[in-house]
Amino acid sequence: MRIKEHPILEFKRGKEIYFYYNGKKLKAYEGETIASALHANGIKILSKSAKLARPRGFFCGIGKCSSCLMKVNGIPNVRTCITLVKEGMVVEDDDKDLPSKEYPPCSHKKMKCDIAVVGGGPAGLSAALEASEHADVLLIDENPRLGGQLIKQTHKFFGSENERAGTRGIKIAEELEEEVKNRGIRVLLNTSVIGYYERENHFLACVNKMAGKVYEIEAKKIIFATGAQENMLIFEGNDLPGVYGAGGVQTLMNVYGVKPGERGLIIGAGNVGLILAYQLLQASVNVACIVEAMPKIGGYFVHAAKIRRCGVPIYTRHSIKKAYGDGSVEGAIIAKLDEKWNFIEGSEMDIECDFICLAVGLIPSIRLVAQTGAEISYINEAGGWVALHNEYMETTKEGIYVAGDLANIEEASTAMIEGKIAGLHAAHSIKQIVGFESKIKKYMEELEIFRQGYFGARPKKAKEEIRRRYYEKMGDRRNS
Amino acid sequence: MKRWETEGIAELADLNLPEEEHLKKGVAIIECIQEIPCNPCVDACPFNAISMENINALPIVDYEKCVGCGKCIEVCPGLAIFVVKIINEKAIIMLPYEFLPLPKEGQKVKALDREGKEICDAVVKKVREGKTNVITIELPAEHAMNARNIRVR
Repeated sequence: MRIKEHPILEFKRGKEIYFYYNGKKLKAYEGETIASALHANGIKILSKSAKLARPRGFFCGIGKCSSCLMKVNGIPNVRTCITLVKEGMVVEDDDKDLPSKEYPPCSHKKMKCDIAVVGGGPAGLSAALEASEHADVLLIDENPRLGGQLIKQTHKFFGSENERAGTRGIKIAEELEEEVKNRGIRVLLNTSVIGYYERENHFLACVNKMAGKVYEIEAKKIIFATGAQENMLIFEGNDLPGVYGAGGVQTLMNVYGVKPGERGLIIGAGNVGLILAYQLLQASVNVACIVEAMPKIGGYFVHAAKIRRCGVPIYTRHSIKKAYGDGSVEGAIIAKLDEKWNFIEGSEMDIECDFICLAVGLIPSIRLVAQTGAEISYINEAGGWVALHNEYMETTKEGIYVAGDLANIEEASTAMIEGKIAGLHAAHSIKQIVGFESKIKKYMEELEIFRQGYFGARPKKAKEEIRRRYYEKMGDRRNS
Repeated sequence: MKRWETEGIAELADLNLPEEEHLKKGVAIIECIQEIPCNPCVDACPFNAISMENINALPIVDYEKCVGCGKCIEVCPGLAIFVVKIINEKAIIMLPYEFLPLPKEGQKVKALDREGKEICDAVVKKVREGKTNVITIELPAEHAMNARNIRVR
């Protein structure tokens, strides 16, 4: 299952270690997650559903769904997709217990900062870097490393030079991480923000579960850059292990160098599905086909052309009817859709595959920002429920900002600019920054240019609606 | 709806193709036919042969200025640029290649069309390793406008 050679990536595996899975001793490498290590050992079933004991595998691979929960060193409900495997670790798929009163004791620490940034992806990193020029910043991320979803983007980025076009996402992540280190920004990794509360300032409750550490963070401003999570699709067998979110497969394959299987079926021909197909081919994994319910390919033509000339078919107006297999995916039935989105009888095709990737859109991860009391509103173009915000990325709750995918599903490039805007404005509202106006204007213009073309139309509309509702809510109170 | 919109395959009529005289010296053919916010090719050209009205516009190659160096191939995020040169019965094509194993110079490979179908044999003339590796192949001139990928092995 491990990828030995790759045209773009070099996998620097850590020290060989051993851990226990249901009492069985397995090999792993330091620096990889429990779920990746289990996959590398051919174990796709991570747990059983509580009621019907149906097998469960991981889905999102980035700590957002609950599909990979296992008991680790006696601690229940550990998200094994973002928890690093350690020497001698005891991992069990029996995870039906609720935490007992004897929950391991935690150390408690209070921290203070000017600006807390939640989420270390493109938006959060950019926000932290921008803000750190003027303020004391604390960056919190629940993953073992910074970079968010950039760390699995092996393709060269689009856009212009300012947003590092032509540079691969993985390289952008490295560069941003390096800058964070050089600036001496405080970073809490493996740390989940589990709650927000308010006294005279903003407060965040955080926990590093495996280390047994609890933090209380006091901040003058908070920037939420918590990203998004992958949509599920309803079809028979969608809970079989081997039905993954597209991003989850990218993480497994491009970050940890583990193949999801030998032959995949991809649902959704947006950019995520198209890019994933290409990345699978690069990892020497076969792609049976891509199916897309819409009449047109949703992603960039150039991404589609790249995989077409490798011989991968794209079936538009098709969708998945069911996935089948004993314990994990062994195949799938796809079929053609009519004008009313119903399956056309007799058009079924049996697709031979051992895994399925869903690339059917994302929903903004707003649960944390919603706790602050910031006004949340449903905007279809934005991908669902989002926190209303102004052009400075500030929500209706003073001092609470958003940036990136949780503020409207878009691109890493625009997420980075939004992060800069949020970081700059948050810092400026603590202490006036000389040259603030010209700097922020420049960022806003960059954003606008991005949203001008065909693909910019949807995000542009989303942002206009978000702003309209923001000002409707705030009235003139904050217009000045 | 055009074929590229539903199938991801460009037809020659969708492309802005060079004249015969340009093909003799070798020029870049940019198969970028949909407006996306992207412009690294413009910055990469040492001869200012690629222009764009704005970041979302389609790139336009000035075939008089283009010398077919292929610098743009390496930076194009969409891997959409090919350099085509025709000398008598032979076509020389430079194309982006991001797979393993890399072919060796002199090696015989299969040339594939935009659908990934084998169309003929080709010989690898050059392998230029860079941000994206650029492979130069030689094949019969009749396939110059269709060969857009290779199969090694």
